[in-house]
Formats: sequence, structure tokens, C-alpha cells
Amino acid sequence: MIGPGFLGLTRDGWLRLLAPVVIGFLALAAWEIAVRVQEVPTYILPGPILIAQTLVEDWSSLAVSLGITLQITFAALVAAAVLGLLIAILFAQSRIIEASLFPYAVILQVTPIIAIAPLIIIWVDDVRLVLLICAWIVAFFPILSNTTLGLNSADHNLLDLFRLYRANRWQVLWRLRLPSAMPYFLAGVRIAGGLSLIGAIVAEFVAGTGGRASGLAYRILEAGYQLKIPRMFAALVLVSLTGIAIFLVLSLISHLLLRSWHESAVKRDRP
Amino acid sequence: MSGSDPAILLEGVAKRYANGTLAVSGVDLAIGQGDFVALLGPSGCGKSTLLRIIAGLIPASSGKVTVSGGAGPEALGFVFQEPTLMPWASALKNVRLPLDLLGVARSEADARAAEALASVGLAGFETAYPRALSGGMKMRVSIARGLVTRPRLLLMDEPFAALDEITRQRLNDDLLALWQARTFTVVFVTHSVFESVYLSRRIIVMAPRPGRVAADRAVDAAYPRGEVFRTSVEYAGHARNISAALHAAMAA
Repeated sequence: MIGPGFLGLTRDGWLRLLAPVVIGFLALAAWEIAVRVQEVPTYILPGPILIAQTLVEDWSSLAVSLGITLQITFAALVAAAVLGLLIAILFAQSRIIEASLFPYAVILQVTPIIAIAPLIIIWVDDVRLVLLICAWIVAFFPILSNTTLGLNSADHNLLDLFRLYRANRWQVLWRLRLPSAMPYFLAGVRIAGGLSLIGAIVAEFVAGTGGRASGLAYRILEAGYQLKIPRMFAALVLVSLTGIAIFLVLSLISHLLLRSWHESAVKRDRP
Repeated sequence: MSGSDPAILLEGVAKRYANGTLAVSGVDLAIGQGDFVALLGPSGCGKSTLLRIIAGLIPASSGKVTVSGGAGPEALGFVFQEPTLMPWASALKNVRLPLDLLGVARSEADARAAEALASVGLAGFETAYPRALSGGMKMRVSIARGLVTRPRLLLMDEPFAALDEITRQRLNDDLLALWQARTFTVVFVTHSVFESVYLSRRIIVMAPRPGRVAADRAVDAAYPRGEVFRTSVEYAGHARNISAALHAAMAA
């Protein structure tokens, strides 16, 4: 029997929480010991303690960059969610529109962003806008394709029922297709969250923003040029933590929105 | 049968699907107002197709379909084989759906939906989501939704086929009680001889490839029917009779 255990977490919950933490701690300890025993120079591989110290010491400048990267990531994600949803709704209105436009969305998706970014830099003056566009291109496709699939997978009998009561297009969309697409849309947003961060970082590597308005990617480049490898790692840690945070927050939002009805969010006793 | 005009009149109805399959052919059928009619046959005999043609969900390829009083969508209820509920909506909202689509005011719709839920024995389950309900309860919600507009015609497409025997018997009894308490016509598609005999006043036996009417039998036992009828010699006689007709139809 599984009841609400210690601090509200079940045994399984504690296992899922503690096991990765223990593994991570052991790996960090092994890393620190290896670096000290082998006397690896810090410009090749700094130990985790030094990285943590650098993170604290350089926090003021890194925090500014983190803020900028977060802004771009968040703006790209919101734009991807809104436009992905709207375009998917447009696709759902007509097979012809979907058939004509979907291949271009695919082309946009499969062309590596790193290859398109230089073009966008030429066309768009504002560097922040360049980063935003790049991040958006990477992030929007999973939302578009997932939501399109979701809008088209409404129960056929329910569609018949709506037809029986002479529902109009708007009623079918609002009361049936959109709720059916909700889990698909949220799964797309969850993927897009990580992708918009990747897009923001990759674009900044290519665009190479300088000065005060630069994000974490530029801090990594800069630290690399200056052989400040601990600082490079510190920025990298911030990028990773940001990605993890985005994933967790979006997973939580998805869970809260679906928990009352969707199978994916329903708690079950495991045998 | 009561009333002068039949509730449903089918004249020479045929349906050929786009892939060339002739699902239904040459069906002439008149169903009286307030009758309880079963469409009985093996899978592939076109009984579901015929039901969907009556509902207006698919057009007949040829022939004429007349549903009296079927001008407005509120005159018709349809119950599918699966409960076909919206998983994101509570039982009450699911039942209210037809009224919402027809533009009935919210407060009136809420009251009528609650009343329909109560009529199928689900008072108190208004806020429950479908996943919290058993298979039989989901089907009750589905029936309440079919009846919430107070239709004159209720079309049911093997509604209890996926339920266990005990739940199915209980739902059969409750459906008959609802039918007796109100005046509406039921067309009930089933592949169960026993269910068709227990429920209906008239059984249309259908033959496959192409789907057509093979036999038309009356079950003249009085209502209310209950446990006594289910175990009676009369019931067994009807079942034997219908079963023979079904075998003859499949051999033909």
C-alpha cells in the first residue's frame, strides 16, 4: 500500500528525488578528487568547488546576462506558443491551408538555425530581435505540429454529436477541438521551452553580441577567449539550471491544467 | 403502434460507401410513434449505417428518409456504443452540451441537465468527471445527454455492448422505465437476441452483404417487463423464434 509518506512524498517519490541527487553528489565529489589528485590546471578543467566560487564571485555580471537570456527565451516561448496555436487553428480550418503551408513550417524547422542566423543578422539590425527570431524559429514548430495533431484528433463520435445539434464552426473549435488539443499543445510547449533556450544561446553564439546587453552565451565565448575556464563553467551551469527550471515550471503548469481530467495527470496505484 | 404518421419512414433506402461497399440496400420500413424497435443483426449487416442515416449523420445514396417532427435538432437524441463524453467536462456539463449548442440559457440548461442526470439515477454526480465514473455510470450520463432535449426520437447504437451482464440488465430496466414514463420512440441497434427480446415491442432482423431487412417480428409481451419476464417461458419462446429468424437471415 502506498500512502502519503514522510513530508507528503511517497517512498517512490523520495527514490525519484534522492537517487539522482546522490548520483550527482558522488560524481561531483569524484570530479573534485580527480582534479586535485591529478593536479589538472584550472584552464583545462576546474573542480566543482572552484566553479561554485566563481559563480558567487562573478554573480553580479553573470546575473545581468542570465536576465537577458531569460528575457529572450521567455519572449520567444510566448511568441511560439501564441503563433503556434494560432497557425494550428488556421490549419484546422481547412485542409487546403494546412497542405499548402505545413511543408514550409517543416522546412523552417529542419534547416539548422545556425545556418539561418547569419542571414537574419544581415536583415535585422536590432541584435535582441535577431536572437528572439532565431529562438522563435526553433521553438515554434513542436507547438505547431503538436497542436495541429491535437485539433485533428477530436473524438469522431463527439464531432458527429456536435453535427447532430447543428453546432457551428466556432462551437466545434471552442468546445471540442481546443480542449481535445490542450494536452498536445502543452506537450509542445514543454518541448518548446527547452528549445527556445537552445535557440537563444545558439543565436547569440552566431550573432556575437558584445557590451553590456549580452546574454549567457556571450559570457561563455568571452570567458573562453580569456581562458577564464571556471567562469565559462559557471555560465554553463547557469544555462543548465535555466533549462531545468523551464522544464519543471512548464511541467507543473501542464500538470495543474490537466490534472482534473487527462490520463497523463491522473494518479494511479502501481502494482 | 399509436399515432397516424409513422415516426420514421424509410422507402427504398440504400447506402453505398465511397469505397464501393453496398452497406444497406432496399430498406422499406415504417416505425410508429412511441414504439420501441430493435434493429438486430450480425456485425456488418448495416444496422449502424441505417441508424446514422435516420439521424441524418450520413446521407442515403438512394431512397427516401422521412423523420416526422424531426425538423429541429432537439427532436432527436443519439447514444453511441461508447459513452462518448468530453473528458475535460463534468457530468453536468456533458449532459448540458446539447442545450448549450442549441443556445438554451445557462440557468435553464443547468436545471434541465441536473434533472436529466437525476432521471438516470445520477443525482449528486453533477461535478464528477467522466474518469471518476464506472462504465455503467458513463453510459447513464450518455443517455441523460441523449434525453436532455426531451427528444421525440432516441437512436441508440449498441449502447450497452461493452458493459457487464449485471450492469447491462439494470440499464435495460432503467431505459424501459424512462421510455414508459415519457413518450418517445426508440430505435435500438443490438447484436444480442436476448436484449432485443427483453427491450423491444418490435424486432427488425437484418441480413448482411448487403444490409437488408430479413424479418420483422412483434414481441407482444406487456410492459413493465422485469425479472419475471426475463425467466419466463414466453421470453424463451420469443428468443428461440428471433434466434431462428437471425440464423435464417445469415444463411440466406
